[in-house]
Amino acid sequence: MTEMPVIGLEVHVQLKARAKLFCSCPTDFGAPPNSRVCPVCLGLPGALPIINNQAVLLAVRGALALGAEVSTSSTFDRKHYFYPDLPKGYQVSQNLRPLAHGGRVPTPMGQVDLLRIHIEEDAGKLSHTEDSTLIDYNRSGQALLEIVTAPCLSGAKQARVFLEILRRALVYAGVCDGRLEEGSMRCDANLSLGGGGRVEIKNLNSFRGVEKALAYELERQSRARAEGRTVLGETRRWDEAGAATRVMRTKGQAQDYWFLPEPDLPPLVIGADLRRQARGDLPEMPWTKEKRFTDDYGLSPAASSGLTKTRTMADYFEAVVAAGCKARQAANFLLGEGSKGPRGAGLPSPGQLALLLCELEQGRLSPTGAKAVFARMLTGETAREALRAVGSQLTDREYLEKLAAEVVAANPKAKADYLGGRKRALGFFIGAAMAASGGRAHPALLRKILVSLLTKNKV
Amino acid sequence: MARGLAAGEISSRELTEDFLRRSERWQRTLNAYIEITGDRALATAKRIDALRCRGEKLGPLAGIPMALKDNISTRGVATTCASRVLAGYIPPYDAAVVEKLGDCPLLGKANLDEFAMGSSNSTSAYGPACNPWDPARSPGGSSGGSAALVAAGCAPFSLGTDTGGSVRQPAAFCGVTGFKPSYGRVSRWGLLPLAPSLDQVGVLTPSVEDCALVLQEIAGHDSRDATSAGMSVPDYRAALGTEVSGLKIGLCPEVLADCSRGVGSALAEAARELEKGGGQIISVSLPFLEEAMGAYLLIASAEAASSLARYDGVAYGYRPLSPTLAEMYLGSRVFGPEVLRRLLLGVCSQGKGGGNYELGQRVRRAIVSRLDALFGQVDLLLLPVVSHPAFRLDEEPDPLAMHYNDLYSIPANLAGLPALALPCGFSEGLPLSLQLMAPRFREDLLLAAGSWWQRRTDWHHRRPREVCS
Repeated sequence: MTEMPVIGLEVHVQLKARAKLFCSCPTDFGAPPNSRVCPVCLGLPGALPIINNQAVLLAVRGALALGAEVSTSSTFDRKHYFYPDLPKGYQVSQNLRPLAHGGRVPTPMGQVDLLRIHIEEDAGKLSHTEDSTLIDYNRSGQALLEIVTAPCLSGAKQARVFLEILRRALVYAGVCDGRLEEGSMRCDANLSLGGGGRVEIKNLNSFRGVEKALAYELERQSRARAEGRTVLGETRRWDEAGAATRVMRTKGQAQDYWFLPEPDLPPLVIGADLRRQARGDLPEMPWTKEKRFTDDYGLSPAASSGLTKTRTMADYFEAVVAAGCKARQAANFLLGEGSKGPRGAGLPSPGQLALLLCELEQGRLSPTGAKAVFARMLTGETAREALRAVGSQLTDREYLEKLAAEVVAANPKAKADYLGGRKRALGFFIGAAMAASGGRAHPALLRKILVSLLTKNKV
Repeated sequence: MARGLAAGEISSRELTEDFLRRSERWQRTLNAYIEITGDRALATAKRIDALRCRGEKLGPLAGIPMALKDNISTRGVATTCASRVLAGYIPPYDAAVVEKLGDCPLLGKANLDEFAMGSSNSTSAYGPACNPWDPARSPGGSSGGSAALVAAGCAPFSLGTDTGGSVRQPAAFCGVTGFKPSYGRVSRWGLLPLAPSLDQVGVLTPSVEDCALVLQEIAGHDSRDATSAGMSVPDYRAALGTEVSGLKIGLCPEVLADCSRGVGSALAEAARELEKGGGQIISVSLPFLEEAMGAYLLIASAEAASSLARYDGVAYGYRPLSPTLAEMYLGSRVFGPEVLRRLLLGVCSQGKGGGNYELGQRVRRAIVSRLDALFGQVDLLLLPVVSHPAFRLDEEPDPLAMHYNDLYSIPANLAGLPALALPCGFSEGLPLSLQLMAPRFREDLLLAAGSWWQRRTDWHHRRPREVCS
């Protein structure tokens, strides 16, 4: 008997604000430790917080992007607990009246409902050495958006897919830079199985980590149930190296938070203007775009998903199509050759690429030739210049027949194989002839000539 | 003093040296300073004298020395809050009020109750400050040092802070003028918090006129304090010469009846004076004073527990050399008993949904609306500051009774109102004070009535004789 697990996630997203949430310290990653600090984010006594309007705008945009209901007025609370990375002894967060309620993220395994979205400040970063712990307060006070899902996820895989889609949406909306390796998105997971205790897993900072930790935990809990043991409600952490979750705190040792309405900050009022501004900046969400690409351009779901990975890629694709290229041709090229080279600014203009792809489409250029042309275009040549340099496809029958005869004569063994029934040897001849022509031979014509040449000799 | 400086009759350096000498003489008796910062004061004084020599335009208070309560951050000068928990803490930045008064030589940091929790100045880790009228008595608290220094003539003015009467009660015990502005009128940037929703910087001076000068300098919006008021600051000096005729002044007979005879009769006399001056005394009822004190205790202790949560004994102050982390944590627990009492009350009264803090806030909102209604009928409220004169340090009331020192002050903090303590008599050689309270941001009304009062009386001119120890 398998029981459905109940999984909920709390995702902490670093907002892409230039300054911290309550002071003007910069948020650049990788600065020397404790070089981006001031009395406010160090929590010095007497320093007071001032809300960063850019962070608020990004938070509202994020909430709207996820379809959440943004409150006209929300409030800040102090969440008290002792930890060395928390210089004030409390974290300024939103407890009773969060920024937004609701929202949803569609995934291929079903929609994930969101409970609430709120703004809070990040803590400092601890680095543990052999005999000491160092604290870097550069991260202290950075703006976070916490997104809490309903306990509606059905498995480890869905959790990971959800996080990937969420990341894509927030990067689209310009709310977060999505750099996981820099800690831009961090996650805690809650999981219970068939009425067992609720287990919280903390410190998950990669999506694969979330999936692995949840899979491990599901396995651990179902085994415990199968053996008749009770699963206790507790807090565990994911040990990446040991590939296992470990107990952090049992219920008796539960962290004793207490909250106090933040007296230093008035309620956060989100007026119609701010809402309009946030909504105005909002792009089409990736899931909407993906569906539109499938519906309007007739692309496969895989191609739509690939092309909507980033807004830049999706926009580029659409511009190439708008410039007269067939959608499927553009998709294939962009997901193949186009995805290997540079991104964004390094790419040729959409119109130029469309010219190249038209040549390909109409058979005046072989795929190999197109690669060569594209490579030249990346160095700054226009499509026309590059096409001229590479030369158009060779359709001259006499030349191709000569080429075919040479290739066949040079490879008697392959010829024998072909005649012996190994039709795959034809591919070998095509490849060899293609190479000999510098990729310029017309592939279909070449094939026809080769087949007739090989069969003629047989007779 | 300001005129003398401006006219070049006296230099800031001479003035500062004079006050420093007096401060040194009194220090052994009063213990009103935690630190005297003579070098810094003289450096500022010399700078101002040089500027004045060059004919630079200077502010009205430039060159006039001052003392600051030691919970106001001063860059480069230890700020202790009278607690061992902050021993050795030297702020890297100035409070907003210190910036605004940057041209005033800083004589020193004044003693206070530990973390401003108290009404006696006896909870200070640096020993109690004493009352210059009788060194066996308390100067009041928590701004006891600030009040004692002005009363003893050691400082021309000082700043204190008022969370539940902490400027007004010591002003009353020491016979000086004490002003608590409206919440939001003066920036709290750099003020070490006790209860952020109640705290306000206040002014202690010999007279209402001086008070107006200082208030003018420190009032105004500060973009670093989200609770600071955006409205512009009127010219307070304009209010000084005006009359009280036509003002409606509320007085609560039950409150008078609860006061010690000296305070009660001094207030009744003040009411008669105000009537003679054309003011109209209106009998009002204040049935919520006890509830206000209850709400205050719930709110202030919870906010204090939060404000002080950062003092884990590691980042700040006294930290013993201990073999283990646990011993280090335990060994650095050096809060005094009054602070511990309030922190425990603050933390223990927290429930799931905000607990007693929310209860306190509900009562607070009710009291605010009662006061709003009251100020629809009257322009000012006349109250005692405390029901009795300064108590002896060896007869200190128990902790709960101590809170009654603030019974008449607390409503102004809960509702963010401005209030003024004014000397109004003496009883057995100890000063008595009255309190005036006004609607929010009507500092001008208080200054008008206060200056009128001080034109009619000379209580504020009386000074204690210097006691040499």
